Amino acid sequence: MNKRVLMKGNEAICHGAFDAGCWCFFGYPITPQNQVPEYMSLLMPQAGRVFLQAESEVAAINMVYGAAATGVRVMTSSSSPGVSLKQEGISYLAGAELPAVIVNVMRGGPGLGNIAPAQSDYFQATRGGGHGDYRTLVLAPSSVQEVYDLTRDAFDLAEKYRNPVLVLADALLGQMMEPVTITREPLDPPTPGASSTCGTRTGERTIVNSLYIVPEDLEAVNQRLADKYARMCRDEERWEERIPANPDCLIAVYGSAARICQTAVELLAERGISAGIFRPITLYPFPYAPLRALSERVPRIIVVEMSAGQFVEDVRLAVEGHCPIGFFGRTGGVVPTPEEVVDAVLKQLGDETRG
Amino acid sequence: MTMHTAAPNMENIFSRTEGLCDIRLHYCPGCSHGIVHRLVAEVLDELGVLDRTVGICPVGCAVFAYDYFNCDMLEAAHGRAPAVATGVKRACPDAVVFTYQGDGDLASIGIGEVVHAAARGENLTVIFVNNALYGMTGGQMAPTTLLGQLTTTSPLGRNSGLAGYPIRVGEMLATLDGAAYITRHTVNGPAAVHTTKRAITRAFEAQLAGKGFSMVEVLSSCPTWWGRTPKESMEWIQQTMQQTFPLGVILDRLEEPADTR
Repeated sequence: MNKRVLMKGNEAICHGAFDAGCWCFFGYPITPQNQVPEYMSLLMPQAGRVFLQAESEVAAINMVYGAAATGVRVMTSSSSPGVSLKQEGISYLAGAELPAVIVNVMRGGPGLGNIAPAQSDYFQATRGGGHGDYRTLVLAPSSVQEVYDLTRDAFDLAEKYRNPVLVLADALLGQMMEPVTITREPLDPPTPGASSTCGTRTGERTIVNSLYIVPEDLEAVNQRLADKYARMCRDEERWEERIPANPDCLIAVYGSAARICQTAVELLAERGISAGIFRPITLYPFPYAPLRALSERVPRIIVVEMSAGQFVEDVRLAVEGHCPIGFFGRTGGVVPTPEEVVDAVLKQLGDETRG
Repeated sequence: MTMHTAAPNMENIFSRTEGLCDIRLHYCPGCSHGIVHRLVAEVLDELGVLDRTVGICPVGCAVFAYDYFNCDMLEAAHGRAPAVATGVKRACPDAVVFTYQGDGDLASIGIGEVVHAAARGENLTVIFVNNALYGMTGGQMAPTTLLGQLTTTSPLGRNSGLAGYPIRVGEMLATLDGAAYITRHTVNGPAAVHTTKRAITRAFEAQLAGKGFSMVEVLSSCPTWWGRTPKESMEWIQQTMQQTFPLGVILDRLEEPADTR
C-alpha cells in the first residue's frame, strides 16, 4: 500500500498507534496534546477498541499497566507536567517488564511552565524519570512522517524488549501539519489471551509484579534488566547524519529543532560555511559511537536544543573531549529561528578562529 | 498435599479451597486478612471463575497476596489498584477482576482512583480491608483511624482539630450512580464471617451480572498495632470500631432493571 495523507503531528500519533494494533488508549487532557485523546475517543470505539479518559495522568498510566498485563497493545499520551505524574507508573512498567507506549508532546517547564514547544524533558526521558535502576527506549521524531513511523515502531520495540517505550515529540510537532506516506499495512490488534496472559488462564497462573523483598533476588532482576538494556544499546541505535566532504562544523540536534537547523545549514552554505548535521533518532540508546567517530572528522560540534542544556551532556559523553563543543539553546518555549542558529554558529566559529 | 488426604474410612469434609495456594500466610496472629483471603478464595472457587479471575494487590500488609490467591495476580503501585483493575477489565471484559486493598492504600493515597472507578461504574469488585491504621509500615494513622485512637503518628490519640475525621468510604461511594453494591461487615465471629461471605458472593455476582462497581468493606483486626490481644481486638471491633463504621448493606441496586444501571 502507499497512502499519502495530510495530518497534524498529534493525529499522526493516533494513526501510528492505531495501525500498530493499539487496542487500548488511556489519556487525560493537557495542552498541547489534546488532539490525541480527542481523536482517539472517536477512532478507537468506532473500531471496537478501548478509549478511556482517566481521572488523572496517574490513573491513566496505571490503567496502561493493567491493560498491558492482558497482552494487548496499549498507549497513553501526555505533555511534560503530565508525564512527570506518570513516572511512578513507568517505573512499575519497567520493573514488571510490561510493554507500553508513552507519548510526551513536550511543552515549556519547569512547573506549570507554558504550552509552547520545548525539549526540556530530555533528562527525564533518557535518565529514567522515575525511581530505580531502569531505562526506557526513547524515540525522537523530527517530522510528522516520523511521528507516525516511530509511534508505530514503538509498539514493536515495547514488545520486543517487554519495556516501556517513550515517543518524545514537542508542541511544534504535535501542532504542525505535513503529508505522511503510509507504506505499511495496518496490523490486526492482538486480543487478550493471545499469549495466555492475565484473565485468560490456560495453565500456570500469571503474576505481574515488581516486588523482590530479598536484595539478592532484586539484584538478579536488575542485572537481567541491565543485560536487556545493553541489548537495546547494541541493536536499536538510530540516527541520521548529513556530513559534507570537508565540514567546518557539525550541528548536533534532535527532534523539531533539527528542522530549524537544516534551514540554518542552507543559510550557512550561502555564506560559504560548510556545516553537517548529526541527529539522534533514538535518545536512549544514544548513538555515542557514531558521534564519537564523527568528532574525529569535524573541527567543532555545536549543540542546538530547545532547553538550557540537557542533550548537550550526552554529546559531551560521546565526544570525550575529542573536539570542542559549543552550545546554543533557547528555553521556556522559545523556538530559535534559523538566523539565530546561523549567528550562534558563526560566533562559535569566530571564537575558534580568534583562538 | 497430605492435608488433603482423609484418614482411611473417614470422609474428607473440610480442606483448603482451590482458590488459595498451598502456602503459609505471613500475617500476624489474630489478623483478619487470613479469613478475608479465604472467603474471597472460596467465593471465586464456588462461582467457578478462578481461571478467568485477575486479582490486584495493594501496597500494605496484603502486598504479597499474589502468592496466596490461586488466580492471575497483579501487584499495583500504592493506591492505584482500581486504575490497574480498570485497565484489565476494559482490555479483557470477560475477566473477573477484583482489587484487595487496605485502608491506607484505598482511603488515603488511592482515594481518587476508587472514587472514579465507582463513578464510572467500572464492572469490578473491591475488597476493602479496614483496620483503621497502616499495618505494614508500623501502625501509623490512616484516614480511617478513629478519633482518640493511638497510632505511631497520633501518639496522643487522633485529634480532629489536627488530623480531621475518619472517612466512611462506603457511605461516600454509595452517593455515586455508578456504584451497584456496597456493604460493610466484619469477621470477628462465626456469624459475622458467614455474613461477610454472603456479601462477597453478592459483590462478585453483581460483577458477573454486569451491574457495575461493587465493594465489600471488612472491619478487620490488627492486634499487633492496636496493642491488644486477638480476643480483645475482636471485641474492640464490635464495641468501638462499629460505632464509627456501622455494619450493614449501604447500597444494593442488583434488583434494579439493567437499563437503569
